[in-house]
Amino acid sequence: MKLVIVDYSAGNTCSVIFALNRLGIAPVISADAAEIRAADKVILPGVGAAGSAMLSLQQNGLDNVLRSLQQPMLGICLGMQLLCTASDEDDASCLDILGGQVQKLDAPKIPHIGWNDVYDLRGDLFKGLPENSYLYFVHSYGVPVSRATIATAAYGQSFSAAVQKDNFYGVQFHPEKSGDNGLLILKNFLNL
Amino acid sequence: MPLTKRIIPCLDVKDGKVVKGTAFVNLRDMGDPVALAARYAAQGADELLFLDITATIQERKIFLSLIKSVARQVNIPFTVGGGISSEADAYNLLSAGADKISVNSAAVKEPALVSKLAKRFGSQCVVLAADAGMQADGNWQVYVNGGRKNTGISVLCWIEQAVQMGAGEILLTSINNDGGRKGFALSLLQEVTARVQVPVIASGGAGSLQHFADVFEQTGADAALAAGIFHEESITIPQVKQYLYKQKIPVRL
Repeated sequence: MKLVIVDYSAGNTCSVIFALNRLGIAPVISADAAEIRAADKVILPGVGAAGSAMLSLQQNGLDNVLRSLQQPMLGICLGMQLLCTASDEDDASCLDILGGQVQKLDAPKIPHIGWNDVYDLRGDLFKGLPENSYLYFVHSYGVPVSRATIATAAYGQSFSAAVQKDNFYGVQFHPEKSGDNGLLILKNFLNL
Repeated sequence: MPLTKRIIPCLDVKDGKVVKGTAFVNLRDMGDPVALAARYAAQGADELLFLDITATIQERKIFLSLIKSVARQVNIPFTVGGGISSEADAYNLLSAGADKISVNSAAVKEPALVSKLAKRFGSQCVVLAADAGMQADGNWQVYVNGGRKNTGISVLCWIEQAVQMGAGEILLTSINNDGGRKGFALSLLQEVTARVQVPVIASGGAGSLQHFADVFEQTGADAALAAGIFHEESITIPQVKQYLYKQKIPVRL
């Protein structure tokens, strides 16, 4: 299987690489449109801020490439938020694949850091994962619950722990840092 | 269920080995960092903290390659600190696989470092580590250079400033309690957690299961850190978690 991790200088991709290595996959890190289009699976990682991340994607012409993908794509953390129409963070326009507006979390303490349970799990991404399993989150913004929500978490308010529209998947937590539960989710993504 | 309270083992690293001292001195060898990290992850640690307690250029390289090995083998988050004084230092560690970076002395010398790091890498990966020492009048002041030098700056003021500048989390160590195993500095933690709206990691003084319950029941701490007791296995992470669970404190079992 050819898996491409989109390289748009959004920080730390090596944790994702190492997690995939554990599953026997050697991903390609690329910003090349043709290579991304030719992949069996695409992962959009993301650590950093929405504004600079979108700018970087646009400068490389990758925003349109990502929108046109037909194969399964997984956005992680900021990579999931970028699937929305826009983000309150930096007032950024995002990829607009999923609709919706990314909002600052409404909770006593921000960022939301640590292990939170997830519930109302739907679809193949969560196959084999029990309800209320714990996953690792680090974020200040979130995607509101909508029709696209396939897992929910609560911190101050409920928000989308994961979303899906057609071949586009997004997870707010870090599967690459969520121990065995996270590895199972990545494995499920590889099996889509 | 809400967000769980985190239990974080701390690995002080010197010359590629884990060491532990009392009140920042008398270092003892505690073994291989990667093996210890893997053991803690398997036991249910919620996160790990690695502190490079030497900072010569040669040792820095050893530390970086060590961080890479940890990232390869451990699938829980970890923070790295010790001697980080520039964006380049932070970048190197994050590229090696660290999830968060912790800044201490350099941020006191140059507070703008906190905002620079937060702007470039995001607040969620910038941890401000503050070493607090209690004064004769009961006030807490910030110490730097591994707890050796009192800056005379109020801990509360410094932490508030750092949060304003973008620190996403506070690692608060009481020098007075560190290594003493008589419990965390509860009054300090109460004051700080009441004042700031970012997560606070309590550090220094864990010696019994009850100490962990105390810090979560009596202060707003979000995580508790310990080193020696875990390295020696006088108390294990599963024991701490089971104990907290029985006290109805939310933990990930």
